[in-house]
Amino acid sequence: MLRLRNVDAGYGALTVLRRVSLHVNPGEIVTIVGANGAGKTTLLRTVAGLVRARGGELVFAGAAVTRLRTERIVALGCSLVPEGRQVFAPMEVRENLLLGAHVQYARGRKDEVARDLERVYGLFPVLAQRARQLAGTLSGGEQQMLAIGRALMARPKLVMLDEPSMGLAPLVVKDIFGIVKRISEEGTTVLLVEQNARSALQIATRGYVLETGRIVLQGTAEELLSNRDVQRAYLGSDLDAENRVAT
Amino acid sequence: MQLELVLQYLVAGLTYGTIYAVVGVGFNIIYNTTGIINFAQGEFVMLGGMTAVTLHRFVPLPLAIAGAVAVTMAAGALVEATCIRWLEKPSVLRMIIITIGVSILIRELALVSWGESVRALPYFTGNEVSSLTLGGVHVSPQVLWSLATCVLIVVFLWFFFQHTSLGRQMRACAANRDAAALCGIATKNLVTLSFVLSAGIGALAGCVVSPITYTAYNIGTGLAIKGFTVAILGGLGSSMGAVGAGFLVGVLEAFSVSLMPAAYKDAISVAVLLAILFLRPSGLFGSGAAARLKTA
Ligand SMILES: Nc1ncnc2c1ncn2[C@@H]1O[C@H](COP(=O)(O)OP(=O)(O)OP(=O)(O)O)[C@@H](O)[C@H]1O
Ligand SMILES: [Mg+2]
Repeated sequence: MLRLRNVDAGYGALTVLRRVSLHVNPGEIVTIVGANGAGKTTLLRTVAGLVRARGGELVFAGAAVTRLRTERIVALGCSLVPEGRQVFAPMEVRENLLLGAHVQYARGRKDEVARDLERVYGLFPVLAQRARQLAGTLSGGEQQMLAIGRALMARPKLVMLDEPSMGLAPLVVKDIFGIVKRISEEGTTVLLVEQNARSALQIATRGYVLETGRIVLQGTAEELLSNRDVQRAYLGSDLDAENRVAT
Repeated sequence: MQLELVLQYLVAGLTYGTIYAVVGVGFNIIYNTTGIINFAQGEFVMLGGMTAVTLHRFVPLPLAIAGAVAVTMAAGALVEATCIRWLEKPSVLRMIIITIGVSILIRELALVSWGESVRALPYFTGNEVSSLTLGGVHVSPQVLWSLATCVLIVVFLWFFFQHTSLGRQMRACAANRDAAALCGIATKNLVTLSFVLSAGIGALAGCVVSPITYTAYNIGTGLAIKGFTVAILGGLGSSMGAVGAGFLVGVLEAFSVSLMPAAYKDAISVAVLLAILFLRPSGLFGSGAAARLKTA
């Protein structure tokens, strides 16, 4: 579905990603964990074409996308739910969702849009209630749902989510992870970036650990969950305390 | 001052106000989609008027105007494609310098092709001396044409932005450019479209007011400054604000003539501009957008 080979990327004089290689198979939920500033957002933005890769290559659904513009990549079926939601604040919820369907109109699949809208309203009933409200006036959790819904309206093959649980109450976070799982079960491949590494690994099939712009570890979700370094750095378990209790 | 005279000034003010309003709205269209202040906006008005005068030698008036609007829209697209499109995230200062450069270029080209003479289209209905009497005031029919055109432009833009797919895409692009791209919208083409649109409405206004205000190769700069004043006064980014502010500045200028020598007329809008920038950088009706520009 998606493959990165030795991708370098950065901003101005700053190089953020160094020779990053990873792949996502159809049907998987792949998660990327890493500390603040490791380059997770940059990685997703590079795949989406918002940041230009300086080296290496990106292949999506069999097509080389390294030099494509964002709108072309989205049209190929790769959507990003950006960090911090980025909804169209001065526009209605419904308009936000219809804008998400832009590529569907462009593909001549206009007749599917109404059904997709119903599907999104089914996933997020609160959006149906707020259809005519301005997106900027939604709560943080509702905006996150809108951002996910907007991405789904494009009928993506792969949806990339950048910290969908950021700043949300634990109950809402649970909802969001449930939704991500459901999206995956309905046939969309998922690439998930999360601070909340434990929850992410619990729904993921595989994961990568990104440290200062390099992939330092990869494996199945179970392997990563039981890896001591991962536990210490990203899962917040205090191993020394556990050992003391054990002895 | 007698009431009649007051009304007469008011009408004169509204006529100039039309063009300021349209130039202000043109600023906003481009600013909203790109964050660029296009100081070549006044040249579009000049190009529209001048081209129409030339075309009118060969074809009837409505065709000449349509042709002039089309030519100016093409010029707008050309400006965008050659000077703006290939820049990746340029700074505000760089953009201002580029658009000022473009405006100088267009002005010089106009000087070479049309010379220094002052021109005007004929009155659309009647002539210089014909007038309608409305409530004791004599109003040239051309003033009504101007006001009607302004209303038409505003209604058209409202419909375009609120009720068409392309308009919705442009609003999305204005709200959040990255997010618009992530919806699969070709944002670069919308930038071109915003130049084409504001060139088109500028040219149309330039044609309609030219019988009253006249046109010449060098009217663009003054209009750009006034349009900018109007755009800031109305709150950068707000089209309705720009229309209100346009009429306000037009009327202020007209009344200033009764108090001061006419030569100071232009100083009024510059004084207004400075006053807003010092006292209320977000404009009369606006939010923080203008303030952002000032600090950028
Ligand atoms: N637009 C930008 N211009 C310059 N530097 C940037 C830009 N965006 C990010 N960076 C830098 O790139 C590095 C990686 O940032 P990135 O946002 O990819 O990290 P992240 O892993 O997503 O972090 P977080 O978990 O905090 O979201 C950081 O050092 C950051 O300062
Ligand atoms: Mg991030």
